[in-house]
Amino acid sequence: MLVLGIETSCDETAAALVEDGVRVRANVIGSQIERHRPFGGVVPEIAARAHVDLLLPTLDGALVEAGATYRDVDAIAVTAGPGLIGSLLVGVAAAKALALAHDKPLIGVNHLEGHVCAAQLEFGLLEPPLIALIVSGGHTSLVLGDTDGRLTTLGSTLDDAAGEAFDKIARFIGLPYPGGPEIDRLARDGDPGAVPFPRALLHDGSYDFSLSGLKTAVIRELRRRQAAGESIPLPDIAASFQEALVDVAVRKSVAAADEHDVGQVLLAGGVGANSRLRERMGQACAKAGLRFLAPSPALCTDNGAMIAAAGWNRLMKGERSPLELSADPGLALQGWSTP
Amino acid sequence: MLILGIETSTKQSSVCLGTERGPVASASLGRGRSHAEFLAPAIEFCLRHADVPLSNVAGVAVGLGPGLFTGMRVGIATAQALAHARRLPVVGLNALDLLAFPVRYVRSNRLICAVVDARRSELFWAFYRPSRGGVQRVTDLRVGPPEKLAGEIEAVREDVLCVGDGAVVASSLLESAGATVASYGNAYPNAWALVELALPRFIREETQQPDDLRPIYVRSADARISWQNRGALFGGRPAERP
Repeated sequence: MLVLGIETSCDETAAALVEDGVRVRANVIGSQIERHRPFGGVVPEIAARAHVDLLLPTLDGALVEAGATYRDVDAIAVTAGPGLIGSLLVGVAAAKALALAHDKPLIGVNHLEGHVCAAQLEFGLLEPPLIALIVSGGHTSLVLGDTDGRLTTLGSTLDDAAGEAFDKIARFIGLPYPGGPEIDRLARDGDPGAVPFPRALLHDGSYDFSLSGLKTAVIRELRRRQAAGESIPLPDIAASFQEALVDVAVRKSVAAADEHDVGQVLLAGGVGANSRLRERMGQACAKAGLRFLAPSPALCTDNGAMIAAAGWNRLMKGERSPLELSADPGLALQGWSTP
Repeated sequence: MLILGIETSTKQSSVCLGTERGPVASASLGRGRSHAEFLAPAIEFCLRHADVPLSNVAGVAVGLGPGLFTGMRVGIATAQALAHARRLPVVGLNALDLLAFPVRYVRSNRLICAVVDARRSELFWAFYRPSRGGVQRVTDLRVGPPEKLAGEIEAVREDVLCVGDGAVVASSLLESAGATVASYGNAYPNAWALVELALPRFIREETQQPDDLRPIYVRSADARISWQNRGALFGGRPAERP
C-alpha cells in the first residue's frame, strides 16, 4: 500500500511516498529556512504563505522521485496538528482535495505521533512498549508508548521547547537561524564542563522540563563576562549550555524507561539531530541495557515520510478521517498504532 | 462545459458547479464550520446531488481574494491540489470582480465600487464600469480606511453604487459621501458569479496552470526584524564563526 504523506505544520513543506509504512520511495522537503532567516525564527504568516508557494512543486517532486502518479497512491495522510494553524490548513486542504480527486482514503495524523513513527522507516515496525523523547522547535516531551497502543505524555516542557532555547541563544550571540545546528557545531570545539549552567527539575522526580531558566542563565553569563571585560569563549559556552540540556533529557529518558519497565528509548524531533544528544543518549542506553533507536537526522526533522508511516499504521487498523477533517493547532496525542 | 467554482475569500464560503446554461449545484455557508471544514464536503455534496462524476468537470475556477488570508489559502490550496491531481486547467479571479459583476445591469455606465472588509478598520476596493458582457475595472485595487474611500467617492462627483461586506460595514460614511450601498444580499463574492465569469475563459482556453494561482494578499506579512534581540551580545553584529 502506497501512502502519500503531507506535512505542513510549521516551516517545512513536505511530501513523501511510503510503501507499506516502512519503505520510503520519496521524501521531499521544500525548505523555507531562507525566508525566515532574516527574522531569527519562524514567522507564522510567512510560513503559511510559503506553504502555498511550495505545495505543488513539493508534491510533484515526491511523485517524480518515486516514479509514481496520483493513481498509484492508495491513501493520503496529512498532519492535522499540533502546529501553526495557518500552515496546517494548507496541507489539510490539499490532502482533502487529493483524497476527493481520486476517491482515496484520507487519514489525519498527529505530528508528534509522526515523529515517533519516523523510527519505523529505519528500524522496521516498532514493538512497544517504548519511551520516546520528542524534542523539536515547538515540542519537548517524554512519551510512553504502551503495549495497548496508547501514547501517553509523561511530561513536557513548562516553558520553552528545546529547539526554541537553541534558537534564542543563537540569536543572542548573533548566529544565523536555525540555531540548533550552529550551536551543535560551535560546541564541538568547546568544553562541556566549562560553565556549570543550571539543570532545572533534574531531581524533582517528574518528567517535565524547564528550559527558560537555562536560557536566561546563559545570557546572563555572557553579559557578565562582557561587562567584566573577560574573554568570551563561545565554544565553551555553547558546549556547556548544550550539556545542561542534554543531561536533563538523558537522565529523564532513562529514568522513565526504568520506572515503566521499558527496554527501548526512541529519539524523535528536529533536536534529535543534535550530535551531543545522540552520543550521550546512546551511551546512557548502552549502560542501562536499553535499546536506543535514533533515526538519521533527515528523519528526525519534520518530513512527510513520518506522516505517511503513522498514517499507514492507522489505516491498517481501519481508521479513516472524514472530508470534514480540520486542523487543530493544539491537537493532543490520542492513542497510536502499531499495526 | 462543466466548471467547478470555489470562493472562500470572505466569511461567506461557496461552491458551485455550473455550465454555460447556468448553475447545476451550489452550496454556501456563512457561519458555524470553518472554510476548511466546509469546502471539501461541499464539493462532494454538489457532485453527488447533481449526480455528476468528478471526471465530467472540465476546469476549476477559484476566487483569489483579497480577503481573509486563511480562507484564500484554503480555497487556493484545494483548487490547486484538485486540478493538479485531475490535470485540469484553472482560472483564478479577483474577489472584487466577483462583487461588481452581478450588479452590472443596475444602470448603464453607472460607477460601481466593490468593497471588501480588510479588517483592522480598513477596506479593499476598486472601481468598475459596466461593459459589454461584464464589468471593466477602471482603478487599481486599493487598501485604506473608510474615510479614504469616502473621499474618493466625493471626488468622482457622480452616482456610485458600493457593493460588498466592506461597504455595508461603512455604509453610513459612504452614504453621506453620496454613494448608494447595496445590502447584504449582494455583499459577498459567490461561486456562481465566479463560474459565470470564468466560463468564457475556459472556452477560449485562456486558462492558467494550478501552480500559477496565488492569493491576492495586498498587505505584506506582518513581520519585523527585532534588531534589539539580534546579536545583542556584540551590539547587533553577527558572531564570528570560529
